[in-house]
Amino acid sequence: MGEWTFIALLFIISLILPAVPIIAGRLLGPRKPNPLKNSTYECGVETVGDTWVQFKVQYYIFALVFLIFDIEVVFLYPWAVAYHQLPLFGVVAGIVFIVTLAEALIYAWRKGALEWV
Amino acid sequence: MGDIFTTIYNFLSGLLVGWGASPIVADAIIAFLAAAVLATCVLLILIFNIWLERKVLGRIQDRIGPNRVGPYGIFQTVADLLKLLTKEIIIPSGADLVPFFLAPIIMVASVILVWAVIPFTAKTIGTDVNIGVLYLAAVGSLGIMAVLLAGWSSNNKYALLGAFRAVAMLVSYEVPMILMLMMPVLITGSMRMGEIAAAQPIWYAFSMPLAAVIFLIAMTAEVGRSPFDLLEAESEIVAGYQTEYSGFAFAMFYAAEWAHAFTMAALIATLFLGGWRGPGAEQYPTLGFIYFIIKTYAVYFLSIWSRGTLPRIRIDQVMSFCWKFLIPLSLILIVLTTLADKIAQTVLMERFPDYMSTASLVDMLPRASILLAVNLVVGALAVWWIALLGRRERQRQEVAISHLAPVEVGTATK
Repeated sequence: MGEWTFIALLFIISLILPAVPIIAGRLLGPRKPNPLKNSTYECGVETVGDTWVQFKVQYYIFALVFLIFDIEVVFLYPWAVAYHQLPLFGVVAGIVFIVTLAEALIYAWRKGALEWV
Repeated sequence: MGDIFTTIYNFLSGLLVGWGASPIVADAIIAFLAAAVLATCVLLILIFNIWLERKVLGRIQDRIGPNRVGPYGIFQTVADLLKLLTKEIIIPSGADLVPFFLAPIIMVASVILVWAVIPFTAKTIGTDVNIGVLYLAAVGSLGIMAVLLAGWSSNNKYALLGAFRAVAMLVSYEVPMILMLMMPVLITGSMRMGEIAAAQPIWYAFSMPLAAVIFLIAMTAEVGRSPFDLLEAESEIVAGYQTEYSGFAFAMFYAAEWAHAFTMAALIATLFLGGWRGPGAEQYPTLGFIYFIIKTYAVYFLSIWSRGTLPRIRIDQVMSFCWKFLIPLSLILIVLTTLADKIAQTVLMERFPDYMSTASLVDMLPRASILLAVNLVVGALAVWWIALLGRRERQRQEVAISHLAPVEVGTATK
């Protein structure tokens, strides 16, 4: 038995478990749709225009900065696991990597990319 | 000495092999049963947790809380579930059906999957994969997809706006969370959750208190609990990404949210509070399970407490707190910890040959004291820093309103 078999089984079960009550709710619950009930809820005001519009660029800038850091951390994990066997030089090399990315954070900060306006 | 789980495993294995199943098939059947029981328990324990949370919240707010259905209102959640089952699942017009129903399912699945790598006792763990911590980070971020799917597919502006905001926040707090997940990995030298729990004769919360606090804050934001409950800031965006959900589709979001909070408590108990470790837990693994549950509920109580007392903070404050405070702080903490620890290891190797060992409390003492010193220094720096930022913000606000003339009472009518 590989150690991933359990995760595969759990994955299947964890998809089935929440799906069953939703299907049961669809079958057991009442179903009386009408156009007014199904209309988009906006606190009583009728909706204007399309929902799927262009979005503010600030969200994407945060996503980009996040991407840089996420990749950094993924690169740091092997270093963290090997940390016990590393000499002092190896640790300093890892720190230089962290400092380089901290520099990127400071750059983004100074450029105003982290302002939520 | 085996624990109850090993005893059950041995009994079932013997039974199945006795019925003529080959050992591999028997193992597969038991793994399936274990997975089913684990997933069901994670969802069933919510019935108790929701009642507990409502009761504690009631007491915090000087109310009684649920007290009608059953003794002390303990069946309130069951009654709520039955009611939700009889409610219509409304599909809003223009909704994208597949993601609309996929979102709550993925949300619940992402929470249940985390439990695969949490060690319950010294011997019992779903599966002790060698990249356990990385698996946690990967599975934990599945929930973010569900939020985005729900917001996008609802065809509702509030839902989409809420989802975008929530995703921006969740994605941001993922960074300090993963950075602080790295601290136990650094000290243990392994990504196996079982080994991380076993390597804590001195709990990591004692040797690295600052890391534990940052992790707690980041996890609170990931779970979307107060003061970070912007996912459903009802005064601004109705109910956020779940505005258009009703009936059991909504109940699944609700369940996932509660299960996520409990999972967070279990994770902190495992990574920073020693998991199953406690007096006598190695001889009697069943005792370890009890310790694990007690620690989990202690952290869970802390999370209810914060929910009952702290107000919600604004979205720009949430974002700048993460990017301009938590992330630089985590980076400084990692750099200083690794540097000090490695220098100490090189210098002290002759006096303490067992410096890196995590076998016993005495072996760990020199290293734990150095880690604690680094954490306290960085912690003091953090407190000074945030006090400075707060003072500046107050001054800025005073300047901003200083041009307004003070209102004199009784002179306005002249």
